Amino acid sequence: MTVFWSLVRRDLVLTLRQGGGAGMALGFFLTVLVLLPLGIGPDLNFLQRLAPGALWITLLLSVLLSTDRIFAPDYEDGSLELMTMGPMPLELVALAKSVAHWLGTGLPLAILAPGLGVLLNLDTLLFGPIMLAMVLGSLALSLLACLGAAVTVGLRRGGMIISLLILPLYVPVLIFGVAATNSVTGVPELFGPSMLILTAISLASLVLAPIAAAAAVRAHMT
Amino acid sequence: MFSGLSFTVAQGEGLLLEGPNGTGKTSLLRILAGFGAIEQGALELKGADEELTIGQRAHYLGHQNALKLALSVEENLTFWANFMGQSVSSSTIADHLGAFNLESLSSYSAGLLSAGQKRRLALSRLELVSRPIWLLDEPSVGLDTASCALLADAMSRHMAAGGLLIASTHTDLGLTFKNKVNLGDLGGRAT
Repeated sequence: MTVFWSLVRRDLVLTLRQGGGAGMALGFFLTVLVLLPLGIGPDLNFLQRLAPGALWITLLLSVLLSTDRIFAPDYEDGSLELMTMGPMPLELVALAKSVAHWLGTGLPLAILAPGLGVLLNLDTLLFGPIMLAMVLGSLALSLLACLGAAVTVGLRRGGMIISLLILPLYVPVLIFGVAATNSVTGVPELFGPSMLILTAISLASLVLAPIAAAAAVRAHMT
Repeated sequence: MFSGLSFTVAQGEGLLLEGPNGTGKTSLLRILAGFGAIEQGALELKGADEELTIGQRAHYLGHQNALKLALSVEENLTFWANFMGQSVSSSTIADHLGAFNLESLSSYSAGLLSAGQKRRLALSRLELVSRPIWLLDEPSVGLDTASCALLADAMSRHMAAGGLLIASTHTDLGLTFKNKVNLGDLGGRAT
């Protein structure tokens, strides 16, 4: 376990110290949310209806933005070779990297989303639900991002391919995330089921994505 | 790449891989470390935990140093020690940095180091975490004369302690290797 957390800690320190990690995702999130109302206009009711979907799409794209930094730097400087040699199983390496990615990008964005949602006149009733749904959903986003990064490890400029590969996998998270958020002011009965499905997606990714990511890295390295 | 290769390295012995560029020294070391497969033949590690592969019992030092430039010298070394399952105190780290004359640089970010200093930092990992096999690919690249001597010291300490050493190098480190393989003679073609 110490080994696991030492890798999580190192990846977190690296995302915080280097440009292009957490800072970039946060900056992008903020930029889009500031520009949206300027582009769409000051119709508060329209913005309010738009807000949950816009926040979710922005979250998705911000997470995508930092995806190619999950494995690429370690691949380029030879660290990934040493990680493949062990002693920690590569599955746990992939999990540690996903957790670090989530703690560094997904989680802070999810926590900030209600506050920044004010820019889109987000209904105050939705503050709690959207944060909860985003915390859960962004875990799945980071795990799937890690899978995409693992499949494209060793490709130069893999970022575009990662987006194409994992966007389809992000669609269910988007659908049920927005459904859970919107249900609070729309059809309250939908909140429970949507959250359950969102949790199921996250749990399934938690189990499957690291195994698939490890297999992809191993296939490339050996 | 090469065929008909056969060698045995016993406890406390070294094997020197020789041959012109492109004859497969790096490939052989990578195969030993577990990256890449052999078409025919087998590798065997006797007298070890059978659960573990050669790679899991070995240090591999390739062309790259596996350093994070945004981390300090000490943080880099501490991370690898922790990752390889060893908890280390900062005085142990300082001792091992001292073995390669890096102790005064321990709080500097690794990005500020010169190529030779980075190599020395990567080398200080070898003795920090004890593993019985060292696979070293051109370990002396970028090192000055004094550091080459430190490297040779570390290598002979490792062999004296009963470790196995398989290295490829074009520099004469002043070590006597009990075994030598010239891959250039085994069909390894320099193309």
